[in-house]
Amino acid sequence: MVQQDLDTPGDFVLEVAGANKTFAGVHALRGVDFALRPAEVHALIGENGAGKSTLIKVMTGVYRPDSGTVRLAGRARDFRNPLEAQAAGISTIYQEVNLVPLMSIARNLYLGREPRRFGLVDVARMNREATEVLGRYGVHVDVTRPLRSLGLGAQQMVALARAVQIDARVVIMDEPTSSLEPREVDTLFSVIRDLKEQGIAVVYVSHRLDELYAVCDRVTVMRDGAVVHTGALAELQRLRLVSLMLGREMSTVREKGTTAFDTERHERREGQPTLRATNLSVRHRVHDVSLDVHPGEVVGLGGLLGAGRSETAKAIVGALATDGGTVEIEGRAMHRRSPAAAIRAGVVMLAEDRKTEGIIPNLSVRENISLAALPRLSRAGLVSQAKQDEITTFFMKRLRIKASSPDQKVSDLSGGNQQKVLLARWLCLNPKVLLLDEPTRGIDVGAKAEVQALIDELAGDGLGVLLISSDLEELIEGSDRVVILKDGRVVGHLADEEVTEEGLLDALATAPEEAEGEATVPGSSGETPVAAATEPAAPSEPAPVKENQR
Amino acid sequence: MTSTVLTTAQPGADAPRPTLGERIAPQIQRRGALAVLVLVVVIASATSDTFATWSNVSSILGNNAFVWLLALGMTFVIITGGIDLSVGSMYALGGVLGAYGSTHGTWLAVLLPLAVGAAWGTIQGLLVARARMAPFIVTLVGLLGLRGLMQAITDEGATTYLVPRHSAFRSLGAGTWIPVLIVAVFFALGALLLTRTRFGATLTAMGGNENAALLLGLPVARAKVLVYLLSGTLAAAAGALGGARLGSGVTTIGIGYELTAIASVVIGGTLLTGGSGSVSGTVSGVLLLAVIHNLIDHYFSQYGSAFTDTVNGAFLAVVVLMQTLLSRTQQLE
Repeated sequence: MVQQDLDTPGDFVLEVAGANKTFAGVHALRGVDFALRPAEVHALIGENGAGKSTLIKVMTGVYRPDSGTVRLAGRARDFRNPLEAQAAGISTIYQEVNLVPLMSIARNLYLGREPRRFGLVDVARMNREATEVLGRYGVHVDVTRPLRSLGLGAQQMVALARAVQIDARVVIMDEPTSSLEPREVDTLFSVIRDLKEQGIAVVYVSHRLDELYAVCDRVTVMRDGAVVHTGALAELQRLRLVSLMLGREMSTVREKGTTAFDTERHERREGQPTLRATNLSVRHRVHDVSLDVHPGEVVGLGGLLGAGRSETAKAIVGALATDGGTVEIEGRAMHRRSPAAAIRAGVVMLAEDRKTEGIIPNLSVRENISLAALPRLSRAGLVSQAKQDEITTFFMKRLRIKASSPDQKVSDLSGGNQQKVLLARWLCLNPKVLLLDEPTRGIDVGAKAEVQALIDELAGDGLGVLLISSDLEELIEGSDRVVILKDGRVVGHLADEEVTEEGLLDALATAPEEAEGEATVPGSSGETPVAAATEPAAPSEPAPVKENQR
Repeated sequence: MTSTVLTTAQPGADAPRPTLGERIAPQIQRRGALAVLVLVVVIASATSDTFATWSNVSSILGNNAFVWLLALGMTFVIITGGIDLSVGSMYALGGVLGAYGSTHGTWLAVLLPLAVGAAWGTIQGLLVARARMAPFIVTLVGLLGLRGLMQAITDEGATTYLVPRHSAFRSLGAGTWIPVLIVAVFFALGALLLTRTRFGATLTAMGGNENAALLLGLPVARAKVLVYLLSGTLAAAAGALGGARLGSGVTTIGIGYELTAIASVVIGGTLLTGGSGSVSGTVSGVLLLAVIHNLIDHYFSQYGSAFTDTVNGAFLAVVVLMQTLLSRTQQLE
C-alpha cells in the first residue's frame, strides 16, 4: 500500500526515519518515516491524534524522538530545542499564531535576530526593513504598533514572513489557513509558490482538501501514530484520501458494526424541536449553520477535523461568542447567551477535552457530580449534604460508575468512569438537550460500549442528543440523522437509510464546486463565499455577543 | 527614513482602523504616571512655598535615590511576568555587608555586597528557571532568609558596623548630586538594556507569551536566571550605597521596600502580568510616589505615616484599575 519512493536518501532535504515517541504509555509515533524533497510542497494529513503534531515537533526540535533519526540534507541531526532547528534552517508556522501580541510588529518579525549596530539593536533599520518585508506579503501597516492591533490573518502573515526570513531550507506550516480570509489564503499560496521557486521545501498541514489539491505536490497520510500512505497527491483521489485518513475502506464496510448502539431503542418525537439553531456564525469558524434536534433523537454532526463541529456546539451553549444566528429551546429564543443561561434553559454540553474543560481532578466523585447542580441543592446558600448524597448515589448506580466510594478522587478513576462522572454532572440538571463532543474518545472499549448504550437510553427517555464523533462507526450507528459540516458550513444532510459510511465519505470528499462555498482555491471565483464571510459583520444583525461569554 | 507608514486605506490590509480609544489607551498606559507627576508638581509648586525649594527637592532626591534602584531591578523582573520579593531584605543586607566591608577597605565595601547579591540572585533565578518554582515562593524565601542572615551576622542587631569616617566609600552616598548621578546612570543603562538589546527583547517577549518565546528560539531560561541575578545585584548595590550614605549598616531598614518597588513599577505603566513596560515609566513611578510622600508629610504630618501608605495603596488600586480598563480597550475581538 505504501508507494515506493525511487529516490536515494541523498535527494531529501529533510528525512525522519523510524521515529518512535511515547507519552505516558501512549504511542504517539510508531516507526514513522517521512521524507521531504527540496522545492516540494508536501501535505501532511491525518485526523486528531494521528501523530502529525508530534512528528512536526520532532522535526522542529520541540520533542526528541525516543528512537529514530532526523536527517537534514543527509546529515543526522539531534535538535535539542527549537533554536537549534531554526539555526539549521527549519522554521515553523504554528496554527495558533505563536508571537508576542504586546510587542511591536517589527519586534515580532525580528525577535532574536534584530539588526544591531555597535552591539545595540538598530531600531530604525529594523522598522524600515520590517515595513519593506511585510509589504511583500501584502501587509501595509505601521510596524511600530503592537502585533495585537492586527487581525489574525495579518498576524499569520507576520509569522510567515518571520519563518521565511531566517534562511529556511524547510518551512513547516501547521494549519496556516485556519484563521485566514480567502484573499489572504491566495497571498499565502503565492508565497508558497515563491518558496518553491527558491528551492525551499514546505510541509503543509491542513484539513482542507481543496487547499491540499491546490498547492501540494506529494502527500503523507498518518493514522494512529503511523504513516499509512506516501505518494504524489495528484494520483490520489479525494475519496481514497479521506478513507485513508479515517481508516475506512469503502469496499469493506461491515454489515453490522461493533458499537453498542441500537437506534431502534429510541425514536424521534414529532412536533416542536427541543433545539433549533438558525444561521449560527462564529468569526472564521462557523458560517450560517442551522440545525435542529427533536426529543428522542440523536443527531450526528459529521465532518473532518477543523470543520467547525465543536465550535458549533460551543456556539449553541454560548461558550463561544457568535457573530450572528439564533438558538431556540422548545420554541423559546435564548437571548442571553452564556453557558449558565444555556444550562438554565436545559442545554448542556459534554466538552471534548475531559482534562482541561471537564473534571476537577482533586475533588471527589460526589463533588464533581453535584458541582453544576449546587445552586439547586442548596437552601439559603447552604448545600444540602443529604440531597447531594442522594443524587450521587442515584447516578453512580444509573450510569454504573465504578468508584470505591463517592469520596474517591475523580483523578483516580479510569477515563471511561471520569467521562460518566461528567455525564452525571450534566444529567442531574435534568437537561432537555445534550451536546456530546467526542464522548468516547480516549476511553477503553468496554466503557465505550457502556457510554454508547447510555446515549441510546437517554434518547429513549426523550432527550435530544447532538453527537460529535470522529469515530465514523460511532457516528453512523449512533445517529438517526447526520448533519455534515465542512469548513464551518453545512454541506449535507443524511437521514434514515442514507446514514451509511459511503454516504458520509462521499459527502466529506465532495469537491468544492459540488459543495457550494469554499473559496480557498486561488483562481476560483470567490465572490459568493467572500460575501458570506463578511456577512456576520453586517450591521443589521442583532448583537448577541456579550463580553462575559468567554 | 524612507519607510512610509502605509495604513489601512486599501481594503486588503486587514488592519482595522484604530478607534480614538485604541490609539490613546497605550499612551495613557505609558505616560500616565508622567502626566500625573507633572500635574502634582505644578499644583504643589503653586500652592506651597516650601515644595519647590532646593532643600526640599534635594531631600526628596538624595534620600530616596538609592532605593529607586530596587524599582529598576523590579521593572525587569515584572516585565518577564515574575516578581522579586527579596529585594527589601537584600537592601538591608547589602547595607550591612557594605558597612562591614568598608572596615576592610573600599573595594571590599563595594564587592562584598555585589557578590552576595549576585550569588543569591542567581540561586533564585535557577530555582525559578530550572526547578520551575513559582517566583513568588522562591523570593519569599529570599525575603525571610536574607533578613535572617542579616540578623545572624549582626548578632540580632546588637553589632552595628560603622563606615570609617574618612573612607572613600562614604563619599559615594554623600550629598544630593552623587547619589542622583549614580542612580541616573543605572537607569539610563537599564533603559538601554531593555529597549536596545536582544536580552531586553527576550525579557519582554517571555513576559508577553512565554511559550511563543520558547518556540521562537529565544534563550528564555538563561534570561530568567539573568533577570533575578540583575535584580539581586541591584538591590544589594542599592543597600550598600544606602549604607554609605547613612554611615552604618542599619538593620531595621528595608522592610516593605519590595512592595514600594512593585508599586512604583506598576504605577509607571508596566503590566504586572508582564510583557509590557518601560524603565522611563518606572522613573515617573518612583518620582510620583516620592513627591506624594513628601506632600503628605508636609500637609498631613499630624496623621502620621500610616496615612502615606493608605494613599499609596489607593493610588496603586486606581492605577491597576486603569490598566485593566485600558488593556480591555486595546483588546481586539
